[in-house]
Amino acid sequence: MKYLHEYRDSGLARSLLKALQKRDYGDRSLRLMEICGTHTVAMFRLGLRQLLPPSVQLISGPGCPVCVTAVDDVDRALWLAQQPGVIVTTFGDLMRVPGSCSSLAQEKSRGGAVRMVYASFDALQVARDNPHKEVVFLGIGFETTAPTVAAAMLQASREGIENFSVVSMHKLLPPAMKALLDGKGMDLHGFICPGHVSTVIGAAAYEEIVLQHAIPCVVTGFETLDLLQGLHLLVDQVLEGKARVINQYSRAVSWEGNPAAQKLLGRVFEPADAPWRGLGVIPGSGLKIRKEWQFLDAASRFAIPRMESREHEGCRCGEVLRGAMTPPQCGLFGKACNPETPVGPCMVSSEGTCGAYHQYHPED
Amino acid sequence: MSKSLETLNGIVQLDHGSGGRATQELVQKFFFQLLDNEYLLQRNDSALLPWAGGSMAMTTDSYVVDPIIFPGGDIGSLAVHGTVNDLAMQGARPLYLTAGFILEEGLSLEVLGHVVRSMAGAAREAQVMIVAGDTKVVPRGKADRLFINTAGVGVVPPGIQVGGQYARPGDSVLINGTIGDHGMAVLCKREGLAFDREILSDSAPLNDLVMRILDGCPRVRVLRDPTRGGVATALNEIARQSGVDIVVLEESLPIEADVAGACEVLGLDPLYVANEGKVLVFVPPEDEELVLNLMRNHPRARKGVKIGEVTQEGAGRVTLKTGIGGHRVIQMLHGEQLPRIC
Repeated sequence: MKYLHEYRDSGLARSLLKALQKRDYGDRSLRLMEICGTHTVAMFRLGLRQLLPPSVQLISGPGCPVCVTAVDDVDRALWLAQQPGVIVTTFGDLMRVPGSCSSLAQEKSRGGAVRMVYASFDALQVARDNPHKEVVFLGIGFETTAPTVAAAMLQASREGIENFSVVSMHKLLPPAMKALLDGKGMDLHGFICPGHVSTVIGAAAYEEIVLQHAIPCVVTGFETLDLLQGLHLLVDQVLEGKARVINQYSRAVSWEGNPAAQKLLGRVFEPADAPWRGLGVIPGSGLKIRKEWQFLDAASRFAIPRMESREHEGCRCGEVLRGAMTPPQCGLFGKACNPETPVGPCMVSSEGTCGAYHQYHPED
Repeated sequence: MSKSLETLNGIVQLDHGSGGRATQELVQKFFFQLLDNEYLLQRNDSALLPWAGGSMAMTTDSYVVDPIIFPGGDIGSLAVHGTVNDLAMQGARPLYLTAGFILEEGLSLEVLGHVVRSMAGAAREAQVMIVAGDTKVVPRGKADRLFINTAGVGVVPPGIQVGGQYARPGDSVLINGTIGDHGMAVLCKREGLAFDREILSDSAPLNDLVMRILDGCPRVRVLRDPTRGGVATALNEIARQSGVDIVVLEESLPIEADVAGACEVLGLDPLYVANEGKVLVFVPPEDEELVLNLMRNHPRARKGVKIGEVTQEGAGRVTLKTGIGGHRVIQMLHGEQLPRIC
């Protein structure tokens, strides 16, 4: 663990920051979107927003998998948690996300069999340890986590573990980025592309977006110097009228991505239309389990009823996720909606935009 | 305050035990309101009670850590250290402890022996006696192997007045070493995570260190051990109790490289990770050098360092100044960062 300090050198960081502050932006106002929730949090933790010149605005995007999970999907997970003989396993972030009238954490407190796991393989272990129960893993996440879920499913199949299944709520980021650009009034000038997702899909995955929309994309890391260099590379392109994909995070991300992970993904899942909270159904933006693995698909193992889901009135998570408004502009922010009693998913997740604002800059 | 408890559907959730905001709400609504008395409402690690012309400190604590044996300690030594430290944070000299054991049917007697021997060793080192106890056994599944509840009493030497309510603008905030060690040691052990070196808990008695500090500088204003909820939560509590704002300098926070790395991997903030052998010391600025010297001459505080200061009277806001000159608010822990670390 020696690589952290080098990327946090505050002397170097201050000079990069100064250079950004001193640039001539003319009368331009640059709206740059960081897609990924980890970037949002990293920037808040640094206090970067208030140090940038007024001409450079950072807009938080839909890159927190918990936040974009549709209420419908949460309600389905809650239904599963209420079934006798079923253990629902999930990453911690999803525990507190409110569905229409409850959350997994509340179901757990009431005695529901909900277990938090750190990895899909932990869920598989729960299945091995409880052969007389049905163990369902809630597959949530982007291209980063989906291959690990695919790997767990293949392992379950190899071992003949019959009591394990997965709800695939996985989502793909490039289609969501395109949907954002196709939407009206977004007026974005550049993307800070996600670091972790790109380790799997590769920097090349953004070429199509650049070609179609002439918008600069910079794949960026998460440390202080990564973020500042990423911003420089974006600002340079915008001011010079260029648009291409640049890979700032080359120590982790290659142009082609991770072929082994991509192969796993393709073997188990196929792209499908998927509902995003706040963005609606985006074509080809989800991953459904392929037919040949249907026996591991919770959606076919359980007769999950149609949900009559409803989002909380007044919750503006949708607009926050599209970058159309900032959390403090929402009437519920910090009042009815706070980390103890979150109304919308963006307040729940540690990487949600509302959660980050509330945690680090509650009065901005 | 009551609103969020009601909206939690009238049941206890794990958040209520996190040491953060939900815990505070629960304690406020049930324990402070229903058990209301002047000593309980001091809201410090232990209660100061009038005694023989001076004062006596009394505390109680329960230990449910999982796993019960972890790198650098176990539930037995932790119980002694935690209780001794709660007393020391009031400036008291810990004298006598009690220990109640709740044992789950099926617990190995070898494990029990290990834990009790470890308690005995910890009590010897801290120079306290465990003078009374209680044993209960519950059926399998009704407890998780072994829980310990303790109580402790100590006396406060005359002329000492420390407490979370005494921080004043200008005070320097010091700490006796690296943060986050205990929480990460327990978490890495429980989750089977291995890093370059094994992370050891910092679990240790602080009464001797505190005594040296108070002997050398009786003007110390606040002592607080940042256990559950970590340094962030402890600073928030003090800021509120004293009605002051505190600024912490990110670059001055001592964090072991392995702990920082493990926190990175798990997405945790070391500021919220528990410590069991650390003390936050608030001193008037003119005493900063003196106290830092006292600390660095003690084996439990070789890496003693200043991490921030009290800036002004205020609403109890704690802010962190980042390496690039930005700032962010440090709130109390909400939600549960790590389950059962003490």
